[in-house]
Amino acid sequence: MKYLVLLMADGELPSWSGMSQEEQGVMIEQFEEFGRACEARDGVEILGGEALGAGDTATTVRTRGGERVVTDGPYAEAVEQLGGFYLLEAPDLDVVLELLTVLPAYDMQVSPVVDPY
Amino acid sequence: MPDELNRVVREEWGRLVALLLARFRRLDLVEDALADAVEAAARRWPGEGVPDNPAGWLQTVARRRVVDRLRAETMAHRRHALVATDLDRRPPTAMADPGGLVEDDLLRLVLMCTHPALAPGAASALALRLVLGVSTHDIARLFLVPEPTMAARLTRAKRKIVAAGIPFAIPDRDALPGRLATVAQTAYLAFTAGYAPASGPDLLRPALAGEAVRLVRTVRDLRPEDPTLSALLALVLLQHSRRDARVDDEGRLVLLGEQDRGRWHRGEINEALGLLTSPALVDAELPDRAATYLLQALVAAEHATATSAATTRWDRVVRHYDQLVRLDPGPAALLARAVAVAEARGPAAGLEALDGVDVPGSHRVPAVRAELLARCGRADAALAELDLALGLCRNEAERAHLERRRRDLAP
Repeated sequence: MKYLVLLMADGELPSWSGMSQEEQGVMIEQFEEFGRACEARDGVEILGGEALGAGDTATTVRTRGGERVVTDGPYAEAVEQLGGFYLLEAPDLDVVLELLTVLPAYDMQVSPVVDPY
Repeated sequence: MPDELNRVVREEWGRLVALLLARFRRLDLVEDALADAVEAAARRWPGEGVPDNPAGWLQTVARRRVVDRLRAETMAHRRHALVATDLDRRPPTAMADPGGLVEDDLLRLVLMCTHPALAPGAASALALRLVLGVSTHDIARLFLVPEPTMAARLTRAKRKIVAAGIPFAIPDRDALPGRLATVAQTAYLAFTAGYAPASGPDLLRPALAGEAVRLVRTVRDLRPEDPTLSALLALVLLQHSRRDARVDDEGRLVLLGEQDRGRWHRGEINEALGLLTSPALVDAELPDRAATYLLQALVAAEHATATSAATTRWDRVVRHYDQLVRLDPGPAALLARAVAVAEARGPAAGLEALDGVDVPGSHRVPAVRAELLARCGRADAALAELDLALGLCRNEAERAHLERRRRDLAP
């Protein structure tokens, strides 16, 4: 199955900009360890994953009454917090949840990707 | 339904679901096929006689149904051409096999039904349905919701299991105790719904509480050394043992102090006392959840072993609550502690212990405060608290009790 993991909020972690360079280094190491843990795990693959720009850099696209409107907001509730994502291939939800313990303790949301077949 | 069929459904349903799920991994097909098999048995057993291995009979018929359905699906989607034949070739896990395989499948089923990614209310209903074979109709009745509502809730939970990829698996040793704690919590939620319904005409729904006890027992049989499940089984047995004494012939609430102790179920009490002295719980380093259940069970055991309300060792009850409040300083524990303090040291001490305790929207704190004020001789203040409690109470039997107290106190 494919899973989209949204890194939603810092949770109890200090914000990135509020951390010292050493603390940021520890976080980066956790992301690298997550990558290695996924690689080492049977049936698991990171299909994609990026950090996203801050919420105020997002753009909203909506179509209302046939007219496409591009605006700076209003955002979905998540956007002010959405910090990054992974697209994972994994055998089941528990494998994903277990691997996510390697990441920094963000608030996350795991959504299964709908299988079109 | 013949008695024998009733018995097999009651005792073997979870194992049958687990076995079929282990083989086919199709929750949707497995449950329907098993229901079909039970229906076929109800039709045929009265005439043909009950087979030698009734559970095996049901398993075989259900397995054929699933394979038939998979074949039909295969015809519909050519791309799955190999699925059905592959399934036919795999040897069946024998129902007669007393080994660990079937038990592990049952544990997998329990863990799947009580996965933390499912809403807790839906998870406990799903466990009653799939592990114990309680019908959707009965589950709806037990949880006091309309049958279509419960059917929709169960369907949603099953769909989430499939869509989110919630596994039919036992997690590794490190994660298992935490998951068993969730299982216990889910079962306790069902028990509480039967023990203290928040609304409706009945004070107790012992049938639901009884099913929840059966669920705890079933899971604990699979992991007898687990402290959380052992402590919870002791707790629910002790609470459940009082069911016949908690309501009088007119359906009115009977408080613990006035209950006819001769109507308590001694067999269940003795079983619980045995659990409380078992190696899983004695001198063991307990996780917080297990310790919470254990302390509540120890309180219930003090009541169960006191020959009368007057001989209750309230000082020991207070000590257990002191420990409980340290672990879980929630309002429910603080309220229970205040009641015990009042019994041990008098109503004024109880009122002091109740200071600052509040459960928004619940009648229980003002009801207890009213009782303690009345015992201190402060009838006016007690009446005001009773009115507060009556404004919040949604359970009819408890309302009747509060109204009686109000009539007693009113000038």
